[in-house]
Amino acid sequence: MNMALLEINNLGIQFGGLRAVDDFKLTIEKGDLYGLIGPNGAGKTTVFNLLTGEYKPNEGIIRLDGVDITGKRPIDINKAGIARTFQNIRLFKKLSVLDNVKVGLHNRYHYSTAVSILRLPKYYQVEKEMNERARELLEVFGLWKDAESTLASNLPYGQQRKLEIARALATDPKLLLLDEPAAGMNPNETQELMDTIKFIQKKFDMTILLIEHDMKLVSGICEKLTVLNFGRILTQGDTKTVLANPEVIKAYLGDD
Amino acid sequence: MKQKFQMMDATSRDDFMTYAGLVLAYVIVSVLAATGALNSQMKGLLVPLCVYAIMAISLNLVVGILGELSIGHAGFMCVGAFASAFFSKVTVGGMPDLLRFIIAILIGGVVAGIFGFLIGIPVLRLRGDYLAIVTLAFGEIIKNIINVLYIGRDKAGYHFSVTSANDLGMDLANGEIIVNGPQGITGTPKSATFTIAFVVLMISLIVVLNLIHSRDGRAIMSVRDNAIAAESVGINITKYKLIAFTISAVIAGFAGAIYAHNLATLIATPARFGYNMSIMFLVFVVLGGIGNTRGSIIAAVALTLIPEVLRFMSNYRMLIYSIVLIVIMLINWSPEVKGLLDKYVYSRIPFLHKFKAKEGK
Repeated sequence: MNMALLEINNLGIQFGGLRAVDDFKLTIEKGDLYGLIGPNGAGKTTVFNLLTGEYKPNEGIIRLDGVDITGKRPIDINKAGIARTFQNIRLFKKLSVLDNVKVGLHNRYHYSTAVSILRLPKYYQVEKEMNERARELLEVFGLWKDAESTLASNLPYGQQRKLEIARALATDPKLLLLDEPAAGMNPNETQELMDTIKFIQKKFDMTILLIEHDMKLVSGICEKLTVLNFGRILTQGDTKTVLANPEVIKAYLGDD
Repeated sequence: MKQKFQMMDATSRDDFMTYAGLVLAYVIVSVLAATGALNSQMKGLLVPLCVYAIMAISLNLVVGILGELSIGHAGFMCVGAFASAFFSKVTVGGMPDLLRFIIAILIGGVVAGIFGFLIGIPVLRLRGDYLAIVTLAFGEIIKNIINVLYIGRDKAGYHFSVTSANDLGMDLANGEIIVNGPQGITGTPKSATFTIAFVVLMISLIVVLNLIHSRDGRAIMSVRDNAIAAESVGINITKYKLIAFTISAVIAGFAGAIYAHNLATLIATPARFGYNMSIMFLVFVVLGGIGNTRGSIIAAVALTLIPEVLRFMSNYRMLIYSIVLIVIMLINWSPEVKGLLDKYVYSRIPFLHKFKAKEGK
């Protein structure tokens, strides 16, 4: 049997008296495009924060590619192969578009502080390689133009979301987590984003887990879904089956 | 040469202009000094000007690039000053003057760097304004410690006390007191010249600018812009905070070493190494445009010169000083004033086009 890329079992976290996530299970196979949905406050972002090490779980186990990453620090989890974007965009605002991606490349390319201060030949060589790699990534998202002279904060909103994805991909992850990638986008932008996400899945052979409220996006691209409600799993499975489930409709629209 | 200049990217070109501008300023001032166009008061200012410019570069690295607040940077300067002066005093006559001074500057930097590193280890792990509180305390404490420090030397070796010179228990007739508590260190060789101070200024500047435009520099700035996002892409926040803070402390130590070798008597007085000095360095950085290294240097030079140049106006000079502060602040930070400048100044003079606010800013 093939080992799943991500395996979560019995995951739980408690904030004071609030059980934010309880008995959470999830299995994602390599290459999946998986959706995590649920009403506001259901605990979706908390699951992301548990996965990326922002929060430490009270119980449960998270395995990435067979390796236990439960409760590790965010930087170690990123090095293990999980990269994320944020619900409220967190770019390096005063850095250029290019530098944002190059920060993402930080752990893939190395030279020492001494090399950078003395500007030894290695500095120019590695910087060139980084620029080339960053260019490849930025071109995928159509952000290469003026990438060196444009500050991240000066990009339009939709492009900022894309830049965040490009930066996450720069860390060369096995699993990409997208936290509400379509938040604040108009229908055109959302459609474009759906194409981009599908394109990333194919081009980078990427496994993606995303949180989303936009049902059009979810039903359009996600192959499988997990529905959270009040920190617990309501149902899990194929997108069509899940969305037809009356429990899910009730959770979103309320009784009656 | 011209071709090479055009091949450089925008940031390298910008750095190059900064270097070229400083070298030009150095040459002009040197010529003026050699031809006797500068009065002795101005000549006496040259070394302190370099020292303050170095401090501005150092503090800008912490405040502007790392995004942490240090309000005790004079403390690092103080440590560097005393460590280097101590070394010079002990070894005077033992080696060529220039060599001794270079080693003294390095020692000043290393000792200040060690203090910066040790302070950084616990404090930089925290998020928030803790560094400001701790550096403030450090700046005050280090001054007071040095003021009760007595170190003497005689045939039997070194003697050490924190109460008084008499408690050193040494042979005062045949030895000498090197650090004499509140009287500080007297008789440090005055090795600091404008040229050496300028060379150290250039080295500090090159180190900082090269650091900023490197892999480490980007990591440092990413921590400033968004620590959570930096962590999410695998940046070790504490490590890069420590690197930036330690390098800044080393450079402040260099500045202290030069400062010490420009004085006949080195005393840890509040006027030289106190809270007000730290705030003055912070003013250089803020008025230079936080994160703008070239701006910090210009602000340091301008704000040091203004009170001296206006000395003939006696009491009015501080009034003018404050007006200049307010004007620079408005030019740097007020959107309305920036808009007016864009409209009437920057867009009409081609050379100033690059100061125009970018769209959407």
